[in-house]
Amino acid sequence: MPLRTDIKRVLVIGSGPIIIGQAAEFDYAGTQACKTLKKAGLDVILINSNPATIMTDKSMADKIYIEPLTLEVVRKIIEIEKPDSILSTLGGQTGLTLSMQLAKEGFLEKHNVKLLGADLETIEKAEDRQAFKDMMKEIGEPIIPSEVVTTIDGALAFADKMGYPVIVRPAFTLGGTGGGIAHDCNELREIATNGIRLSPINQILVEKGIAGWKEIEFEVMRDAKGNVITVCSMENFDPVGIHTGDSIVVAPCQTLSDKEYQMLRTSALKIISALGVEGGCNCQFALNPGNFNYAVIEVNPRVSRSSALASKATGYPIAKVASQIAVGYSLDEIVNEVTGTTTACFEPAIDYIVVKFPRWPFDKFVYAKRTLGTQMKATGEIMSIGSSFEHGMMKAIRSIELGFETLSVQKLMDESDERIMEMLHNTDDERAFVVYEAIKRGVSMEHITEITKIDMWFLDKLRHLAVMEKDLAEKGLTPERVRVARELGFLDKTIEELSGQKIEEAEKQYASFKMVDTCAGEFAAQTPYFYSTRDKENEAALFIEEHPTGKERILVLGSGPIRIGQGIEFDYCSVHCAWALRELNYEAIFINNNPETVSTDFDTSDRLYFEPLTKEDVWSVVETEKPIGAIVQFGGQTAIKLTRYLEEMGVPVLGTSPKNIDAAEDREVFDQLLEACDIPRPQGETVFTTEEAVEVAERLGFPVLLRPSYVLGGQNMIIAYETEDVVEYMTIITSNELENPVLIDKYLMGKEVEVDAISDGENYLIPGIMEHIERAGVHSGDSISVYPPQTLSDKIKETIIDYTGRLVKALEVVGMVNIQYVIYHDEVYVIEVNPRSSRTVPYISKVTNVPMVNLATKMMLGHKLIDLGYTPGLQPESDYVAVKVPVFSFAKLQDVDTQLGPEMKSTGEVLGVAKTFSDALYKGLVASGNKMERSGGVLLTVKDRDKDGIIEIGRQFHELGFEVYATVGTALVLNEAGIPAKVVRRLAESKPNIGDLLESGKVNYVISTSTKGRMPQNDSVRMRRKSVESSISLLTSLDTAQALLECLKSHRTIEDIDMVDIKEI
Amino acid sequence: MSYYKRDKRAWLVLSDGSVFEGYNFGCEGTTIGEIVFTTGMTGYQEVLTDPSYYGQIVMQTYPLIGNYGINTDDMESKRSWVNGYITKEWCEEPSNFRYSKNINEFMIDQDKVGIWDVDTRAITRIIREHGTMNGAITTEPVDDALFEKIRTFKVEQPVQKVTSQHMGWFYSQENRANHVALIDYGYKHNIRRMLLKLGCNVTVMPANTTIEEIRNLNPDGIMLSNGPGDPAENVQIIENLKDFIAYGKPIFGICLGHQLMALAMGGKTMKLKYGHRGMNQPVKDLTKDRVYITSQNHGYAVIPESIPESVGVMTHINLNDQTCEGFEYKNCHAFTVQFHPEASAGPNDTGYLFEKFTDLMERGQQGCL
Repeated sequence: MPLRTDIKRVLVIGSGPIIIGQAAEFDYAGTQACKTLKKAGLDVILINSNPATIMTDKSMADKIYIEPLTLEVVRKIIEIEKPDSILSTLGGQTGLTLSMQLAKEGFLEKHNVKLLGADLETIEKAEDRQAFKDMMKEIGEPIIPSEVVTTIDGALAFADKMGYPVIVRPAFTLGGTGGGIAHDCNELREIATNGIRLSPINQILVEKGIAGWKEIEFEVMRDAKGNVITVCSMENFDPVGIHTGDSIVVAPCQTLSDKEYQMLRTSALKIISALGVEGGCNCQFALNPGNFNYAVIEVNPRVSRSSALASKATGYPIAKVASQIAVGYSLDEIVNEVTGTTTACFEPAIDYIVVKFPRWPFDKFVYAKRTLGTQMKATGEIMSIGSSFEHGMMKAIRSIELGFETLSVQKLMDESDERIMEMLHNTDDERAFVVYEAIKRGVSMEHITEITKIDMWFLDKLRHLAVMEKDLAEKGLTPERVRVARELGFLDKTIEELSGQKIEEAEKQYASFKMVDTCAGEFAAQTPYFYSTRDKENEAALFIEEHPTGKERILVLGSGPIRIGQGIEFDYCSVHCAWALRELNYEAIFINNNPETVSTDFDTSDRLYFEPLTKEDVWSVVETEKPIGAIVQFGGQTAIKLTRYLEEMGVPVLGTSPKNIDAAEDREVFDQLLEACDIPRPQGETVFTTEEAVEVAERLGFPVLLRPSYVLGGQNMIIAYETEDVVEYMTIITSNELENPVLIDKYLMGKEVEVDAISDGENYLIPGIMEHIERAGVHSGDSISVYPPQTLSDKIKETIIDYTGRLVKALEVVGMVNIQYVIYHDEVYVIEVNPRSSRTVPYISKVTNVPMVNLATKMMLGHKLIDLGYTPGLQPESDYVAVKVPVFSFAKLQDVDTQLGPEMKSTGEVLGVAKTFSDALYKGLVASGNKMERSGGVLLTVKDRDKDGIIEIGRQFHELGFEVYATVGTALVLNEAGIPAKVVRRLAESKPNIGDLLESGKVNYVISTSTKGRMPQNDSVRMRRKSVESSISLLTSLDTAQALLECLKSHRTIEDIDMVDIKEI
Repeated sequence: MSYYKRDKRAWLVLSDGSVFEGYNFGCEGTTIGEIVFTTGMTGYQEVLTDPSYYGQIVMQTYPLIGNYGINTDDMESKRSWVNGYITKEWCEEPSNFRYSKNINEFMIDQDKVGIWDVDTRAITRIIREHGTMNGAITTEPVDDALFEKIRTFKVEQPVQKVTSQHMGWFYSQENRANHVALIDYGYKHNIRRMLLKLGCNVTVMPANTTIEEIRNLNPDGIMLSNGPGDPAENVQIIENLKDFIAYGKPIFGICLGHQLMALAMGGKTMKLKYGHRGMNQPVKDLTKDRVYITSQNHGYAVIPESIPESVGVMTHINLNDQTCEGFEYKNCHAFTVQFHPEASAGPNDTGYLFEKFTDLMERGQQGCL
């Protein structure tokens, strides 16, 4: 069937900000969808609140609304744009749920809008627990005994009948939010309460636990003719019980015989056919390891994180094909773009093994509960491709960038045998490492399987790695051992370190590369991508030889897994860099390992290498591609870290020189540079020991800011208000090896301002200055950022431009630089200079119309700003105000303190764009999930330093008609100032207390600040957690509160505010 | 090393002169055959025991082979017929509830020579570019004599080597069953299992069965099985088939059975460059405008233009290379497919063809054909 004739104008709903459970995979899917629809000649209208995405780029759609993803907004845009259809299956759960609600309320029918991909009936069958059960029963597919309940008593009754443990899954929540495993009635009571509340329809599923069954996934496709195929099968290293997003996953399935494989494959095809999905669908199964029994666990009638993984694992672009199917094409009419000669109607055959490894935020959130269960906690993931499981696993370990080269972790090596045996029972992020440690200590495979239920096959493979590690250390090097170790995925560096011997220079051999081509070599490929192996034949080299272009090649280093502090923004930049290089007629060679992103789409670059970003892995690519230069400015700290090695390999680093990159990162050199430029910075020094730290802190005067040098995302940063804080911090930080010193700065409580500048070495361009709402001390990534600045005087702006110019010159910046300033008592101080692109680049590019990455790339290659048609200096300010609001994933991370501070905590961001500041802010706040209730209650509880400030806040809430609640100290201050405030008892005090108040639903906002944070048992931390878990808007800075109040006072709603097509800016 | 057999070197020698060094598994020695690759990611046991691989050295493109071991249920015939086996890696410690031995033990039981830890993808590319070729696996030093043997190697009368010598009877549990004569050109046991599951009684008959023997048996339908080799070499069998067609009972042919049928109908076959071997082959059913994913294992194909439309029409084509995948004949009740609807290994998506066959037989029993 060709393109449907009844579709001309399609609305695509994106997935919004990056949160745990809904990340960059939807930018990848959405970008593919938009490109596909446009190519089919359709008008594309896009709504997505996330500005850091490729899909919201101006070239991606005809109309682009970076607006809040709420029903009101989508309705309004449908009324303005009059689309004839909605593609609901590419925007994650957000897109699907919005589409479903609009369809249900009859809005779509009224406006003659068709649902593409999955109709209402399909969505309901998959999403509604009872409807799903009924359908499964009808088609004879087994499910786990379960019951849909809406009350706690119902849940308890089911568990009594079936026995514990039981698993709770709330309906219509994302990444399993609010679910969990209950081992007894107390746990069930707690989880069920939470789950029922979090479910938008107050419904949960309670199911019998099936611990120890294998977890298997299939990605399947179906077209309107009824053709069905499976793209990929995946097997979880961890048995059922741990969310697949938090599991190590391999593709294809490894431990299933053809009979088991076909049984599940057939079931998946039966399900997608019964659902009537037109596009992609994900089916998750539990398989009894002891017989042929299985059960369908979950079905998602849309593209997902797993489908992104399956696409990258096989070369089959699920989202692209799903979009083509949605507008009418059948599978056999769609071309397989990797081979160029076959169609999309086939099943990829792969001739390698893929390992996916999650990246968790526990290095940032040291007090978070690390236990893994049905609720996803990983912020990102990496994918590695190897010729064996061992090979893939070793690459995976390097790719997650936790500093490991093998599965051996020093911390675990120091533990006692007893402790390791105990730890085997934990299902947390360290599990694979603990298992490995147990294997190394000789614990029997049977025993480990019995405890962990991890399949013996995986354990045996880990044992091979352990044996090799031991042999290298104990038996030394032989040519044979080196060869096998390399085949197992050990780096030469690791082999040398473990054995204490050197591999002869002459013996050093870079890795070869093989293709990902969807067909295991059966057909020649046009646009393959590559992974390294230790085979002799280097297919990448052959491919280059067979496809001569005469173009010079440039290496672009990607940013690896998405983590807090290094998010999708860097992928956005890397992609634009590759595009710019191609525009300039270079071949863009990409190295990255993140399967979720646009950068690892096979047609983004000329050639893609799916590899870890380490020195040796990069070396092999360099030897194969022989690039004329490398670009490190767009891959975040991951790429910057490789600068030195590239230089050692003789690859010119394009743009700002490695020496100057270092100058910006090295504290002492940087201090000298600032002095030479005559630019003030907050006083500070570097220290190595606790004693030094205390001495310096006392000399500078409190508060002081402490942080390790070389960081991104403010990792391990604190503000210390007294000596005790310094000691606590230094004790933690010195417990790990201290390679780099700790920086202590005088902390200035001023206004933070940020600029991104581009320079060609002579002239520089500042697209815009951004001003933060929260005063310094809240990490810039967690602050609300406003462009253009609303409160800066011309003098301050001029100073900022002047300082920026001086720094650009001094650092001889070519390409990008990000500079953060603090304005304190009308003085401008520099806090930080990052000689690379930053997380604000995508949004500033979009609102100022300056294609920053494109320009920066051109400048790195010698183009001049003036020749490119730009006037140096600060660009004229836009008529629009853009407000970037951070988004957090606190609901998914138990025990994490939500108090904002110098350590970054947000996982994503949204943008509000409007003609006025308050409208833009309003949009931003709504987009980030604030309900913006204009009446109800507010709870105030602040630290002593904020007591003065809270009076005004309290007064405004009171004047707006809010009921004001406060803890004793805060209430006292408020009442003395004439603001009526009801005293609430703290959590630790007798009931009724704050806990009851939060549960009562009487409170819409909580404003809480405290000096001491982090420790989960702290009363204020628990109170803030309770607010987050009760879905109450929580503000931890008075500056944010004041901004919110401005919006509430304006009395404007989405109805009153114009929607902005950013292409009109 | 402490895992996998790395004690014995082995070499894979191709007729184009390329040599790959790896390690031996299975038996030691020298073996010669036609080198083919299969892209299935599961089902190695079915591959090893599929008689259609007679005389061939089979290479798996999927690198990890033997992960779930060998079990007693998934045999597609009583023994392994391959002339040798090539994998990137084999698994010494399989994990699966049905596993009874590992693949190395199985190869030794079956007296098969194998080689592993070679660049299987490079070998696949050679075959893709140059076509199927002869080759050898050896644990002995490679010399000119070996090349000569490789050059002159030819599979002689493979169907006669793999077919049953005697009739075999298999009864279904059903009360009123169709009776199928399954002509064994090297049949995969799952054809029999599928028929039994659909309530047919099955009589397995040797490849050289004549029309007299069929008449004596008086079956409701005739199933022409898969099997190895060049179809055109089976001159007498093709002659016999002409009689079967005239007999008028429903006929269902699979793979070699499909090719033999075409030849009996006056058509022609051709050798494919490197064949179709795997379980991801898309086949379009032209009568339904639907595509099915199929299991395939063949080196020859029917030339559709060689059969006039008055005799038969092509019902299925391969979506990758547009080769013929199925025919339906006029003036008789015969249909044949090139792929393997019995799957094993592979997808079960075209199992409905067996039902089409049983429906035909039902109608024949009721005299409604």
